[in-house]
Amino acid sequence: MKKRSVENVYFWQGNEACAEAALAADCRFFAGYPITPASEIAEHLARRLPQTGGVALQMEDELAAIGAVVGASWAGAKAMTATSGPGFDLMQETIGWAFMTETPCVIVDVQRLGPSTGQATKCGQGDVMQARWGTHGDYVAIALSPNSVRETFDLTIRAFNLAEKYRTPVVLLTDEEIAHMRERVTVPFLESMEIINRRKPKPNEKMFFGSDEVPPMPSVGEGFDVAVTGSTHDEYGIRFTSDPDVHKRLVERLNGKILDHAEEIVETETYNISKCEVGIVCFGCTSRSVYDAVELAEAKGHKVGYVRLKTMWPFPEKTVKQLSKTASKIIIPEMNLKQVFYEVQRVAGDSTKVVPLNKIGGGVPITPEEMLAKIEEEIR
Amino acid sequence: MKRFEIRIAGLGGQGIVMIGQVIGRAAVYDGMNVVQTQSYGAEARGSGAKSEVIISDGKIGFPFVRKCDLLVAMNQEAVDKNLRDLKPSGVLIVDDSIVKSVPKNIKHAYAMPATKIAEEAFGEKMYANMVILGAFVGITSIVSEESVEKAVADTFPRKTATLNVEAVKKGKELAASLYRLHSLDLNKL
Repeated sequence: MKKRSVENVYFWQGNEACAEAALAADCRFFAGYPITPASEIAEHLARRLPQTGGVALQMEDELAAIGAVVGASWAGAKAMTATSGPGFDLMQETIGWAFMTETPCVIVDVQRLGPSTGQATKCGQGDVMQARWGTHGDYVAIALSPNSVRETFDLTIRAFNLAEKYRTPVVLLTDEEIAHMRERVTVPFLESMEIINRRKPKPNEKMFFGSDEVPPMPSVGEGFDVAVTGSTHDEYGIRFTSDPDVHKRLVERLNGKILDHAEEIVETETYNISKCEVGIVCFGCTSRSVYDAVELAEAKGHKVGYVRLKTMWPFPEKTVKQLSKTASKIIIPEMNLKQVFYEVQRVAGDSTKVVPLNKIGGGVPITPEEMLAKIEEEIR
Repeated sequence: MKRFEIRIAGLGGQGIVMIGQVIGRAAVYDGMNVVQTQSYGAEARGSGAKSEVIISDGKIGFPFVRKCDLLVAMNQEAVDKNLRDLKPSGVLIVDDSIVKSVPKNIKHAYAMPATKIAEEAFGEKMYANMVILGAFVGITSIVSEESVEKAVADTFPRKTATLNVEAVKKGKELAASLYRLHSLDLNKL
């Protein structure tokens, strides 16, 4: 077979691409606890981080892991942890704390098949709502979902950039299939990547928790007076545990700094959404079958389009709405029992028929043929 | 468009995933687009293991194999379970030191006593996966021998890389001695 140069070309697992992307984004701290199917990220970073002057720690559990990550972030490092559903459960309290204290960090959730221990080595997509609503209170999540090894690289870097830009935890919601598959990956040169760093305060600045939509963030040891608390606090970090105005001002700003910029945060891949009879809304591993199914359907003369959610949260309402205006039917294939389905239903409204296509168990994927059958069923 | 779908099946502990990984990496070195997937049980060894590689010069959407151009089976269960997915023109390679009932009526079937050879030549049956990989290299031209050797050297730790490359060579010689090989071009099957 033909030969080409292999410069910048790798044969990586999704998890390796995630780890390498973290390094490219200048992540210098990782703490985690081993869990299938996320362990390769920790293994890779345990080897690679010390080479870059960084630190990789195996903690006693996931609670400690996310605790170490927010601590490292306040010490000035870009920090990440990686886990799967059962560990993601345990991290939720501190994810809320990171949101409330505006601590940039990246949490990778490689989805496996739950609930609970479920089928630990098998693929699932059941953590979509957990990424959105896992922690309590009025929380707004940013979650990104790759569908290839290369995109795992890109979206890991983007997760760090969004975390730093908006001073908030960001979830990379990947899955066992994408995390464990190996693909030919061509990686862009470091110089061509946009890397965003948190805004630092000027010498006499005192407001690290408000006034600006995204306030500057000092690090421990830089000489600033800073109190970091998960209790309601004012712009200076002073606790106000019963003042209604301070709480409203803080939490509305924390929500607004993400939701008001949803358009910038949301990314989708779309195909033929202005001319299709049947639309598909897909994400993660399941979208790989959609690519083949759309080709098969087009070969039979059907007009099919899709929206692929690269950003899961904030939900890409505008693009899904656009699809619902042309497609009279929208199919939502998911390896869970309807999670994105209800979001699409909410956005599309009554004029569009929203059709679920769900499969769980054994990590068995929805095949292109099953998807095609559903498309044809709806066209008939 | 060229497209090959390969499945390797056997038991956890036989190095099934490693075979897929090396073939995939070699195809990358050959300049092809590749997706390699794997599935195994929660146990470290003893349960069924499977590795799949799709090699194409175009885009690869769905990453799993449905109909194999090539099936490598390292135990009896792997043959029994996967034979139905082999294309009529597909190639079957089995380790007949483990697989006792090698199916007849398969157009391109090759039996290689890989485990036996690994034990005889290297004193360890764990080299069987690289022996059968060598046979695969001898029988087909899907990936180049040069790329496979480089892929083995790049995949294994330095200490064992040399022996593993030797095991690949041994497998290729074995295939050549058992069959009159003309390096099948799967495009023409």
